[in-house]
Amino acid sequence: MRYLPNSDLDRAAMLEATGRSNIEELFGQIPSELRLKGRLDLPGPLSEPAILDFFRQAASRSGRDYVSLLGAGAYRHHIPAAVDALLSRGEFFTAYTPYQAEIAQGTLQAMFEFQTMMTQLTGMEVSNASLYDGSTATTEAVLMAMRVTRRSHVALARTLHPEYRQVIETFTKNHGGKLREIPCLDSGQIDLAGLKSALSAETAAVVIQSPNFFGTLERIGKAAEMAHQAGALLVVTITEPLSLALVKPPCEADIVAGEAQSFGVPVAFGGPYVGFLTAKEKFVRQMPGRLVGQTVDTEGRRGFVLTLATREQHIRREKATSNICTNQSLCALAVTIYLSLFGKTGLKKLGEQNLAKARYAAGQLAAVPGVTLPFSGPYFNEFVIRTPAAASEVLAELLKEKIIGGLNLERFYPEMKNHLLVCVTETVSREAIDRAAGILKRVASSNRQDHATRVNREAALSS
Amino acid sequence: MYPQEFLYTKEHEWIRVDEEIGTIGITDHAQKELGDIVYVELPKPGEHVTAAESFGTVESVKAVSELYSPVSGEVTAVNARLQNNPEIVNTDPHGEAWLIQVHLSDRSEIDSLMTADEYDTYVQKEKSA
Repeated sequence: MRYLPNSDLDRAAMLEATGRSNIEELFGQIPSELRLKGRLDLPGPLSEPAILDFFRQAASRSGRDYVSLLGAGAYRHHIPAAVDALLSRGEFFTAYTPYQAEIAQGTLQAMFEFQTMMTQLTGMEVSNASLYDGSTATTEAVLMAMRVTRRSHVALARTLHPEYRQVIETFTKNHGGKLREIPCLDSGQIDLAGLKSALSAETAAVVIQSPNFFGTLERIGKAAEMAHQAGALLVVTITEPLSLALVKPPCEADIVAGEAQSFGVPVAFGGPYVGFLTAKEKFVRQMPGRLVGQTVDTEGRRGFVLTLATREQHIRREKATSNICTNQSLCALAVTIYLSLFGKTGLKKLGEQNLAKARYAAGQLAAVPGVTLPFSGPYFNEFVIRTPAAASEVLAELLKEKIIGGLNLERFYPEMKNHLLVCVTETVSREAIDRAAGILKRVASSNRQDHATRVNREAALSS
Repeated sequence: MYPQEFLYTKEHEWIRVDEEIGTIGITDHAQKELGDIVYVELPKPGEHVTAAESFGTVESVKAVSELYSPVSGEVTAVNARLQNNPEIVNTDPHGEAWLIQVHLSDRSEIDSLMTADEYDTYVQKEKSA
């Protein structure tokens, strides 16, 4: 499907068919108080060179030449040029599957491959053709668990992305959902005893993230066991799916949902991203969104179809499984191309590079006097450091040297003063890590001097 | 063609009542209208169903339809074969493919249901409408 604007000729033909002599006559039946008077308040048109200049200037302000240590749910990875080259092909470059979806066999096959890859990564049995993003995919997983169990309470890990928790709260509020929080331990992992007390005979789902918001890997097997004992489903959320190249897939879970932006989709001001939702096959009929299936035509040739669509809103109206009737095709295609380019071995190597760089960075940063690693649990490419000075001050100093230093955790966890969430992907060089450690050292020592001066002054005053 | 010993609803379910127990299914007309059945979703034994209210769904390649209970009561049995062989709804809707059995809580509810002949007339009228 292509976007073709109307020409004057098209408009004239349509006016003739409707028996109107001009557009004004066509819109004349709209009550005048509802009509827009005057033109839209928009800036005037620009020439092509002026437009290019405008966007070049905007791009130069977007921090492209900065080193980024910021993750927290969105990960900057190198995107091979082939991803964009293939993505921009006219056959793919539309956000929508045609309404007679089976016409677009290429798109459906790409989605089928996406589903296959997602199940291979997560260790689940079925996958849908993608959702909007990680937060809504996790929320759909929660709603799905509520339908499967016919229960309404949900236990959310405190280590689950805080914005994901907000989205879940917004969605479940009017579904009678009751949320309980599972506290966090010094290891940076959920407190299993706390999980136990958060469970009841009404618990539909336990939701944990791994690697969690602090970058720490959770103990999925244990959480699954406890959730299942209470008759609840375990939902595992993954915001950095590259971790699955090295970490054992969360097969003990019932539903694995998350964000696949890491695979070939740029960070780009927070969107568009691409959510995934995978599950055990026995829950497939409660699964929301589009599913592509493989079949054979009347002549026995392989073909692809949208399957289980009878559960969707455009057919089943208010009794539909969910109000999701679409997917994030183009981004899911980017994911599919990205994963095909890397392959099993390439992805593993990339994962190893991330892990090695993160370990090196954690070592270098923790070697700075006053910097500590507060959590003891295992991590992949993201971890928390405790800073010797205010986290905001550290971030400001790093930014002066073109380093985006990570996330100030106090924003989401008020008790975590002077804590930074640091992410190190393959895009961060060893030189940049050393430079960041150097800046941190400088901030720490000037802070110590300030402190010493203050103590001396106070001593002088009191004597 | 519709068994004389059954009673019928306007939503195309049948019920056979033996003492306190009612066996419920969908009619041959319903399965023909739905087409190939691919999934049947039913309540669990012990759950309560209410007359004229939905107790499950039947899914064909064309649509998902609600199943409406002819009577109220507690579900005593569910046809487990339908889980893996939903297609028997197409081949034997009045026999092998019964859906659930219910312990009737109010026998008078069956008085408002249609007899086989009444149902047949009803279907003919619906078809010609």
